[in-house]
Amino acid sequence: MSATIENAPKIHGGGPSIESPRSKRSPRSTKTNFELYGWLFMRLSGILLVVLVLGHLLIQLVLDGGVSRIGFAFVAGRWSSPFWQSWDLIMLWLAELHGVNGLRTIINDYAERDQTRFWLKALLYTSALIVLFLGTLVIFTFDPNIGS
Amino acid sequence: MTAVVEETAPGKGHGATAAERDHTLITITLRIRRFNPETDAEPYWQDFKVEADPTERILTAMMKIKAEQDGSLTFRRSCAHGICGSDAMRINGRNRLACKTLVKDLDMAKPITVEAIKGLKLEKDLVVDMDPFMQAYKDVMPFLITSGNEPTRERLQSPEDRERFDDTTKCILCAACTTSCPVFWSDGQYFGPAAIVNAHRFIFDSRDEGAEERLEILNEKEGVWRCRTTFNCTEACPRGIEVTKAIQEVKRALIFRRV
Repeated sequence: MSATIENAPKIHGGGPSIESPRSKRSPRSTKTNFELYGWLFMRLSGILLVVLVLGHLLIQLVLDGGVSRIGFAFVAGRWSSPFWQSWDLIMLWLAELHGVNGLRTIINDYAERDQTRFWLKALLYTSALIVLFLGTLVIFTFDPNIGS
Repeated sequence: MTAVVEETAPGKGHGATAAERDHTLITITLRIRRFNPETDAEPYWQDFKVEADPTERILTAMMKIKAEQDGSLTFRRSCAHGICGSDAMRINGRNRLACKTLVKDLDMAKPITVEAIKGLKLEKDLVVDMDPFMQAYKDVMPFLITSGNEPTRERLQSPEDRERFDDTTKCILCAACTTSCPVFWSDGQYFGPAAIVNAHRFIFDSRDEGAEERLEILNEKEGVWRCRTTFNCTEACPRGIEVTKAIQEVKRALIFRRV
């Protein structure tokens, strides 16, 4: 069996000394599970999004007359139900975060200069904030009587 | 083959023994990517025509070129039998060991391209700076870590426990996997498949107690989460290690220990 955290050996103190094995590389300081959670999130949100997005497309475009019946009244009718409100809210957040994380990865992969990487990411995060804010705002404050 | 040329005892040096074996020698073209940092601004391709038995290795042809045509041709090779891991090269666009690649397994009618492995600094011809690669290897602490007193006899292990990491013990550190990885090409800070394979070899060793530390290192920003499972490493490995599988196993170990 492998060691657990509690009895992990202290190789840096006492015992046979080993020449500092990580001296030459730039120190990596990220002691978080951020990348782990990012990776896991992509898998889990992906599975959920298959259901949410395909369900969404099916309802909007195929069932019961399809796209032709979509109008203000149709949207107003759906968003009067907390179920569809939650569906759309969850779909909005998962899809946006899933896409942002994917793009973040691509930027990390392909942006060669630190400046480019910084500005592309700044643009990405700003756009994500705007989309998430506006989308959430609309879902929660939608007024079916706005025209009258 | 159209390029087949019957060998008629050249009678010079060891050539006579080759004729005695009565093997069919053919003329192949090696298109080698040359670079001399003292004279060249950019690498360039140079063609060499060399006679080779189809059952010979690319390395043999290259040593023949170095001996008979151009002594300045620079490449690494040591054992020449697929164990030392010195002569990983990009042959016909794929990372392989020149000493394990037979002429007959390539298209002999066309020029065979030979270039240095990618992603590491080119020093001369086929020689690259292996330091960043070896540093990533050192970073995962590829040595036995234990606690407590030294046992008075060897550290025993069941065949099943040994089998757990058997695949990753085969690594010869040739860098064929790491330099075939597109993530490593674009981000040299990524540990790369070879370092992860060698971490795997100790993480899943029942005698070792440094698993947590190694997992912590591979959990970092440039660790296993950068892997895109493109399987280039598995395809490139001359030892047939299932590299991508090993990386996925490290990911799984991280997830089930942390979450």
